[in-house]
Amino acid sequence: MIELRQIHKAFNAGRENEFRALNGIDLQLPAQRVTAFRGPSGSGKTTLLSIIGCLARPTSGRVRLHERDISGLPERFLTEIRRRTFGFVFQQFNLISGLSATENVMLPAYPLGGDRHALRARAEHLLAGLRLAHRRTTRVELLSGGEQQRVAIARALINEPPVIIADEPTANLDTALAREFMAIIEQLADAGRTVLLSSHDPLLVDSSLVDRVIDMRDGRIVAAAAPAGDGG
Amino acid sequence: MPATRPSHLALCLLCCGGTLFVASFADATRLRQQRAGATHEMQALVRQLQLTDLCLFTEARYTRHPSQADLHSAFQEHPLALEHFPSGSLLLPPAILSSRHERLDREAEVPD
Amino acid sequence: MNVWIEKQKYLIDFTLASLARRKAKNLGLLLVYSLIVFLLASVMLFTHALRQAANELLAGAPEVILQRMVAGRHDLIPPGYLERIGRLRGVQEKQGRLWGYYYDPVVKANYTFMVADDRLLAPGTLVVGAGLARTRGVAPGNLISFRAYSGKLFTFSIADILPAKSELVSADLVLLGEADFRAFFDIPPGHYTDITLRVANPLEVRNVAGKLAQQFPDSRPILREEILRTYESIFSWREGIVLALATLAVLAFAILAWEKASGLSADERREIGILKAIGWETGDVLRMKLWEGALLSLSAFLLGYLAAYVHVFHFAASLLAPVLKGWAVLYPRFELSPVIDGLQVTTLFFFTVFPYAAATLVPIWRVAITDPDAVMRG
Ligand SMILES: Nc1ncnc2c1ncn2[C@@H]1O[C@H](COP(=O)(O)OP(=O)(O)OP(=O)(O)O)[C@@H](O)[C@H]1O
Ligand SMILES: [Mg+2]
Repeated sequence: MIELRQIHKAFNAGRENEFRALNGIDLQLPAQRVTAFRGPSGSGKTTLLSIIGCLARPTSGRVRLHERDISGLPERFLTEIRRRTFGFVFQQFNLISGLSATENVMLPAYPLGGDRHALRARAEHLLAGLRLAHRRTTRVELLSGGEQQRVAIARALINEPPVIIADEPTANLDTALAREFMAIIEQLADAGRTVLLSSHDPLLVDSSLVDRVIDMRDGRIVAAAAPAGDGG
Repeated sequence: MPATRPSHLALCLLCCGGTLFVASFADATRLRQQRAGATHEMQALVRQLQLTDLCLFTEARYTRHPSQADLHSAFQEHPLALEHFPSGSLLLPPAILSSRHERLDREAEVPD
Repeated sequence: MNVWIEKQKYLIDFTLASLARRKAKNLGLLLVYSLIVFLLASVMLFTHALRQAANELLAGAPEVILQRMVAGRHDLIPPGYLERIGRLRGVQEKQGRLWGYYYDPVVKANYTFMVADDRLLAPGTLVVGAGLARTRGVAPGNLISFRAYSGKLFTFSIADILPAKSELVSADLVLLGEADFRAFFDIPPGHYTDITLRVANPLEVRNVAGKLAQQFPDSRPILREEILRTYESIFSWREGIVLALATLAVLAFAILAWEKASGLSADERREIGILKAIGWETGDVLRMKLWEGALLSLSAFLLGYLAAYVHVFHFAASLLAPVLKGWAVLYPRFELSPVIDGLQVTTLFFFTVFPYAAATLVPIWRVAITDPDAVMRG
């Protein structure tokens, strides 16, 4: 479904402080799988995920989605693809403070201009599914970390994207909340979504939830191994 | 649609403002008609007394009838008077002049 | 179309929600902004209406006034001048006027004494303007004394007060009979303050003035058009002074707006990044901000303009009067007949609404076109 070919990413290219974050990534990501990127800090996981999710462009190389080369598309089309295809759960959750949980969940659908009643119902349904029905009118900055993450997950799902991208999703959570998160991801994967994670957390990376672990170092893929637990 | 949706409220308020804006023009016409009486009265007075000026600036002789004054004679009536040329707001008469005039003013009480 | 409208409503929803987060700051901004529009609009409406009033009212003034000059100052018309004019083509009527100024030390105000020929005032009686009556506190039947320039004290009784509605032209008038006037100011018979001429055909006015100037080299003719032009420029410069001061306010506000807009806070930058990351296009972000600017500046314009309208035409421009009054003690109470100059209002609209919207948009543009991947990092 997603295919990366010779992806390079250089920051501050051509300048003194040029830094090559990715050095020739070749990768095939099939649909309906949970894939985890693992690697030391600075190995380029976040950079790679943002290139896959059309948040950034590679310096060179091709990104193909559904057999279509998307790396050269203008910004407007990239946004369109991002909106339809990817849902993001950021490490810092990145909710917009001052707005209620429901409003935050509805935000990605605003530019689509759909019916507001239906949208609100969908957002509330998603929140209820994540056991947040009682917090739906609360301003997000008043929610606990775990609740904030679930709001972020609901927001990632509102446009019903086939791919969920989560960068270090458990870094800000304790073990109990991390397990809860994993349960949610499991449900999503079972419902047929593709999930891409990056993590240091053995709890997450070594769990049976993950179908495939990709190890990275210095902007390269070191090895791609399937964990023993599950064949996937 | 619930009336509480902020965008509806805002657009409603803007529409109200716009309506009032248009209404101000209508109100202007109404007021003009209502005040036409005063206008006619003043026009009649102007014609009858052969008036040449609006009674707006009475602070000095030469500001009362700008059209009839010895033009370009600032400070001629009263050193404290701000005359109607731009220079008057930049340059004040010397303080000695105004203080003396103030005193004279008070000394010249009407006897009755 | 429906989708488009719905989308704009979503954008407005969002922009209102984010405005509501900094409620005090944004309300303060709206208030200051409205105040500036109010000030500008008040001055514009007021001076325009005043200019129109001058035009409308003084249309009945005599077409030509002949003023005698001695050593560059105007002087009385000596006997014989009126007769010497003789018959001039186009002149319907000529008349010697008697009027003069009187400084009243009691209230420190200047009055205009004037002979009203057709009012048949009994000797020793006066008709005074309503403004004067208010300032001196007199009513019909009261006695009033003036010390003439000769030093003699004259006592008059007040026969009548001019209608209050006409204060704009008559607030300081003192009308009296010719004999009283001559006695009070010590003006011998045959002398006049100036001569007025009525000319029916506007095309003849300049001819008449030219002939007069030729015939009386010591006199200057004042034309009604010149008077109207004088008023035009007086109001223009008084308006100009206020507007110049207001420009400072506008500039201060521009700095404030620029500061607010260009010094986009880290929070706002982050928010724009989030919006882009979750699927908003650059255009959506810009449109949302445009709505913010438009809503704020439109509301400010409407609020300011409406307040100015009510202030100028329903409350007689009470806040502006001090500017116009200067040091005058005797100031007329008048209600202006509203005349609104559409062009002026349009100009005001463009100068207040657009710069603000643009000022908010430019820095947003810079932020919004950057890649959204920064949100992936804290
Ligand atoms: N905008 C940027 N400019 C310069 N260097 C950058 C920029 N963004 C990332 N980098 C560098 O690229 C490298 C890869 O960063 P990246 O965030 O992808 O690492 P990561 O694997 O996600 O690390 P972590 O596990 O700490 O999150 C890092 O060394 C980082 O300093
Ligand atoms: Mg990272």
